[in-house]
Amino acid sequence: MALGDTDHVLDYPIPSPAALEPPAEWARLRQGCPVAHVRLPSGDAATLLTRYDDVKHVLSDPRFTRDLNAPDAARIAANESGGVFNSGLGRALREEHHQQWRRMVGKWFTAKRMTALRPGIEAMAERLVDGMVASGAPADLKAALGFPLPVWVICDMLGVPESDRDKFAYWSNTLLSLTRYTQAEIDAAQAEFADYMGAHIAATRQDPGDDLISELIAAAAGAGGVMPDEALLATAQGLLVAGHETTANMIGKMVGMLLADRARWEALLADPSLVRTAVEEALRADANPGFGIPRYITEDAEVGGTVIPRGTTVVCNLAAANRDEDAFARADELDLARTPNTHLAFGAGAHSCLGQSLARTELQAVLDVLLRRLPTLELAVPAAELERVDGLVVGGLRALPVRW
Amino acid sequence: MQVRVDEDKCCGAGSCVLAAPEVFDQRDEDGVVVLLDPEPAEHLHAAVREAAEVCPAAAIALGTRA
Repeated sequence: MALGDTDHVLDYPIPSPAALEPPAEWARLRQGCPVAHVRLPSGDAATLLTRYDDVKHVLSDPRFTRDLNAPDAARIAANESGGVFNSGLGRALREEHHQQWRRMVGKWFTAKRMTALRPGIEAMAERLVDGMVASGAPADLKAALGFPLPVWVICDMLGVPESDRDKFAYWSNTLLSLTRYTQAEIDAAQAEFADYMGAHIAATRQDPGDDLISELIAAAAGAGGVMPDEALLATAQGLLVAGHETTANMIGKMVGMLLADRARWEALLADPSLVRTAVEEALRADANPGFGIPRYITEDAEVGGTVIPRGTTVVCNLAAANRDEDAFARADELDLARTPNTHLAFGAGAHSCLGQSLARTELQAVLDVLLRRLPTLELAVPAAELERVDGLVVGGLRALPVRW
Repeated sequence: MQVRVDEDKCCGAGSCVLAAPEVFDQRDEDGVVVLLDPEPAEHLHAAVREAAEVCPAAAIALGTRA
């Protein structure tokens, strides 16, 4: 299929037959049509990239912008505004201020800080496992551990009460809607979310603590136009959403993948020093990370030998790239010791995931605690019966039924 | 082995510190990479190569000593 062949426009995201497995089309696209025409949930057209080199190139090339508000950029989601990628969250942080903003926030996410947070994260994971064990098997590991742990971590970091987590989950889901919510539902939820976070910021201004928001307020006061109130609000909302939805889902998928073939779990029990590389391999092999990353280009640019015309919205499928045989030997297999693991699960380039050290720390801590506390852990349903979350830009499992 | 880092490219992901803590650190004030040892000993070379390969911003360059 050549670029411009409109008879074969694929609908994207491409549905997958199983929760933990990739759709067969990814391999066919990488082989035969690495620069493909697709139709998004909004109905708008985009160009889909599935090869590792192409995805990495586009994510690292500043000509491919995040300006999905451009008049001819594709809307992503089915609701009128096009969803989170077309929203003001990105607009509030201007590209020329990005690096300064990133460094202001980034000091909270250094590897050293995350190492210091780790004992607290493990202790919380222990308490959540205690609760799950007390309720008895079978249990839903996502609801008992995968979801509450990252929420607790990010709420603590932002200084917002964890008891409001049901509200955060709803606001977050509406923000991340691909097809699930109507524009009216999304607008109402986002107005509530902005009011809540605006009030939190105002209260923090009056009575600062030692949380990230307090520090950002102080730093913003000295940084002039880099962090106006609008950007502060967008940062707080962005961190809350990013900090709880993605990692929560990844905990469920990681444990699901490791238990789907119990030889993997036993390999980790036999050698817990594999936890670090096993986490990276689970991130690489995640066949259900969600939509991917869209970019918009304002000049013609060549990708993988094909010229992509200006005005094109390009969608980088990170998960398909992470299974590219040209980049990873035995890409379809889970190799718990794979090193180096140059996966793109956190993106690449200047905008790669700010919270990746935190996500790694949480995933490693959860796995360490589970191996220690519940060595007999197993799936309570066949892996083929696990179900995907639908209709959001982030992917996950609806539940992870386990016993021990 | 000669290690060079590009502070301007660095996005503060911290993956180099996780891979080779003897050679890389991050500044407390903004998370930007700090090169602790531009000519690391041989037993650290594999870890430094891993750090360079996994750096999301391609901010670590390796060369041989002149």
